[in-house]
Amino acid sequence: MFHPHTDADREAMLKTIGVGHVNELFNDVPAAHRFPDLNLPPPLTEMEALAELQGLAGANETARDLVCFLGAGAYNHYIPAAVDAILRRGEFYTAYTPYQPEISQGTLQAIFEYQSLIAGLTGMEVSNASHYDGATAVAEAVNMAHHHFRGKRPRVILSPALHPHYRETVRTYTRGSNVVVSGDQGEVDPAAGPDALIPLIDESTALVVAAYPDFFGRIYDYTALAEAAHQAGSLLAISTYPTALGLLKPPGEFGADIVTGEGQPLGIPLSYGGPYLGLFATRQEYVRKMAGRLVGETVDNRGQRAYVLTLTAREQHIRRERATSNICTNQGLMALAATVYLSLLGRNGLRQVAELCYHKAHHAADRIAALKGYELWSDAPFFNEFVVRCPVPAQDVTDALLEDDILAGYPLGKDYPGLENCLLVAVTEMNSAEEFDWLCAALEEVSNG
Amino acid sequence: MNIPQDLKYTENDEWIRVEGNTGTIGITDYAQDQLSDVVFVEVIAQVGEKMEKGDACATVESVKAAADVYMPVSGVILEVNEKLPDAPEIVNTDPYGAAWMVKLEISDPSQLDSLLDAAAYEARCQARME
Amino acid sequence: MAEHLMCEISVPGRQGVRFPEPDVPRSPLPEGLVREDLPLPELAEIDVVRYFTRLSQLNHGVDIGFYPLGSCTMKYNPKINEEAARLPGFSQLHPLQPSDTVQGALAIMYQLQEWLKEIGGVAGVSLQPAAGAHGELTGVLIIRAYHRSRGDERRTKILIPDSAHGTNPATSAMSGMEVVEIKSDARGNVDLESLRAHCDDALAGLMLTNPNTLGLFDENVEEVIRLVHEAGGLVYGDGANMNALLGIVRPGDLGFDVLHYNLHKTFSTPHGGGGPGSGPVGVAAHLVDFLPDPIVGILEEAEEDLEVPPLYGLITPAKTIGRVKAFQGHFGMIVRAYTYIRMHGPEGLRAIAENAVLNANYLLARLRETYHIPYDRVCMHEFVVEGRWPDVPDVHALDIAKRLMDFRFHPPTNYFPLIVHEALMIEPTETESKETLDAFAETMIRIAQEARSDPEVLKTAPHNTPYGRLDEVKAAKELVLCCVPEYIR
Repeated sequence: MFHPHTDADREAMLKTIGVGHVNELFNDVPAAHRFPDLNLPPPLTEMEALAELQGLAGANETARDLVCFLGAGAYNHYIPAAVDAILRRGEFYTAYTPYQPEISQGTLQAIFEYQSLIAGLTGMEVSNASHYDGATAVAEAVNMAHHHFRGKRPRVILSPALHPHYRETVRTYTRGSNVVVSGDQGEVDPAAGPDALIPLIDESTALVVAAYPDFFGRIYDYTALAEAAHQAGSLLAISTYPTALGLLKPPGEFGADIVTGEGQPLGIPLSYGGPYLGLFATRQEYVRKMAGRLVGETVDNRGQRAYVLTLTAREQHIRRERATSNICTNQGLMALAATVYLSLLGRNGLRQVAELCYHKAHHAADRIAALKGYELWSDAPFFNEFVVRCPVPAQDVTDALLEDDILAGYPLGKDYPGLENCLLVAVTEMNSAEEFDWLCAALEEVSNG
Repeated sequence: MNIPQDLKYTENDEWIRVEGNTGTIGITDYAQDQLSDVVFVEVIAQVGEKMEKGDACATVESVKAAADVYMPVSGVILEVNEKLPDAPEIVNTDPYGAAWMVKLEISDPSQLDSLLDAAAYEARCQARME
Repeated sequence: MAEHLMCEISVPGRQGVRFPEPDVPRSPLPEGLVREDLPLPELAEIDVVRYFTRLSQLNHGVDIGFYPLGSCTMKYNPKINEEAARLPGFSQLHPLQPSDTVQGALAIMYQLQEWLKEIGGVAGVSLQPAAGAHGELTGVLIIRAYHRSRGDERRTKILIPDSAHGTNPATSAMSGMEVVEIKSDARGNVDLESLRAHCDDALAGLMLTNPNTLGLFDENVEEVIRLVHEAGGLVYGDGANMNALLGIVRPGDLGFDVLHYNLHKTFSTPHGGGGPGSGPVGVAAHLVDFLPDPIVGILEEAEEDLEVPPLYGLITPAKTIGRVKAFQGHFGMIVRAYTYIRMHGPEGLRAIAENAVLNANYLLARLRETYHIPYDRVCMHEFVVEGRWPDVPDVHALDIAKRLMDFRFHPPTNYFPLIVHEALMIEPTETESKETLDAFAETMIRIAQEARSDPEVLKTAPHNTPYGRLDEVKAAKELVLCCVPEYIR
């Protein structure tokens, strides 16, 4: 219990208020429903609660207990100790949104740094203070494009190689509007590259969304797609994996108008799916169309450089029903984690991590492709994730390998009919050469029956 | 509160100056005062565009508020004020002069009859200030 | 003293954290796709740690002092929550792991669903929405889906009181619904006439925050809900103010059809400087099938005599509105809220609401002689005062707020709700002691005196903080949103 009042405190306060009993403060609540008995377990002390939670935590096998080759939108990367040390400072995590800038410069300057780092990483001109995750960031990009054209361009084209959860989220978000989502309903073979989307773009298209790397781990040059989109008057959004950008050309250089992404790989634990971090960056010309919080630089009345939430007139608390988006929260503490992570790694460290992912993944892919019964599904270049065509259904492969304490990857059959034998395998800097030995041995066993 | 007698007004704080068949539109002194320091103006209407009464023709933003500017009457856009985006603060300093937003050829002059005159608009402002 | 930006203290060649060389042969890099430059700073670990530590010292937080932001519920964030969420058995779970390997995590999610159902008086809960506004979007989409499933496509109006938080109308507009504002009456309740006028067959629903943003429990809440139901609409409860209701009343019992919970307000998960939050949604029985995908269910019942626990799994509701984000929800915040509820039990939860409401009414009593209270009724967990006095018209709520910072108090919410002039919305929460409340009341009274005797000290406040008032006009006109090193400017 965290309220400090003693009985004496309560009595004195009731006297000042002028009532005899605290129950009198609830007379506006309909009597028939007042003071219900809640059927909840009795309270535990901190010591007992922790023991219970440790028991529940112990009932799980984690991505560190097992050998992890599972990716598909969330990745097992190393998190330097200093990240959490900063996150655990009460001045950061018990603060609110920095609406009173005079006593929030810690949060504000940190977000400004975050915006700068993400803009630089993605090759764009401006980043916001983040969205909830990679999926909702794409949904906000769709929203932004839709508003930019004032609803006059209803079509949005989603690459079938964009994460299935992201595409579903876009559909949920656009259900109440005139947006028509296409591109992932069989018009285009998921095995094809992004240029296969070009014939679908027309003058009713507001936004084309592709992923880089895509859901299957593949990487492409998106320049032709960007040109085709712009020629039709449409915008292009690219959803990205930030670790890859430590090595690869940033989407800004292809001509993307919006770059979104999932920031979890940047110092944020897997945590069974959340909280994560939605990256969102765009060009300066669209800055007022962008939803989400923005920190800008200014001065205070003592001449000090300082930071403040700006362009707030776009947001829901002012525009209300005319706001582009209802978003209020950003992922404050997660953006801080990403900022600290990127600062600790720096220009050389992020490149190092990206190269480790790249080389280890390519080595693993070569070894798996050499096993009898297994082959790579695509010969396109990839970053750290690739699809293996297995001799048996991928679900059977993952079940079998789990018995050897290996999370083999993500079976694609449920999301992509026809790819039931295909397994999406991810490799990060956390995977050792020895783990590839175990993986290959176990895969061979499955192949041999 | 400056409310020129020769203009007509809307409930949404736009003014229109009518000269022959041409209308000039902006936002009122009351509006700029409510918004406080204007930091951004975007004129959405384009020259040659046909717009209806009630269509949004511009957006005005301050630090604490954002407002759409709506067409008081229907017409075809003749001119838009290109100086405004670079100097949004003139909305505060000269709302009825240099801060005009669009000029249009009025298509249906009878729509002017349903607008407020200076006295009616002043009454509306007084009521809101209570 | 302003802190330099990292791009200004970066030194080429410095690196905070290093990684090993690859233990595998290198492969050729992809042609034409390798980036030439990576504009990240180069700092030693000590530089990074000192920089962020010093930045943190410029912040106010609940761990430092009173933070009475109305409707934000800035209560103490228990440290045990942080321990719990960081247990490796939770923090290192990949969201797509087979259910068999994460039964402990699923058990926690299932239990929290059940507990939130019990607390809210609802039949189904989804933990997927990432924040309050996200929960609102989910709820309004559920309402929309419900009506359409019954062929009722005419129902597109959402009624929203004029005191509502901006996310309510923004959410409704995002969902393709038509927003209609309804008035509050002189006592701060929903004006029943204003409501009745819109109860027709185009009504989809009403979004109601109760207690509302004035901190008042609607005296006619049952009639309000009855009117909406009679017209065929549904009622959405914005749970931002649930801190006043724990163990006092269950919104579901009053007739709310959908509601969202804010784990980062009522259930003590930390605000993090602006997030992450978590906004689970609860629904009445007729809406359970529409919840977002997935929820946690029991696939195989427990076998008590064999001591076999239930088998939990992820389930797709039959008429789901679909996903509202990737993966399952903010599991890290779910663990914290679970811990919090587990430590309180039913009596503890009720004590939270009682003490929150007690604290607010105590402060109200102490301030009522000095500040005008526009709706002078018993309040719930928060109340609104006017930050102005007729005899000193040049002093505004903003000035009072800035002066409070000189006394190490975070100001209350100001300029909201919109229906009160120069509003100051004060929510003390239950975790503040009588001493803190007295100190705050005395400071507010002192500031009222300063408004008359020395108004300049208010208008130029704050004085004792690391930074003074900022030029927000400059920030909006000269947009600088990214680091440009001083030597380039």
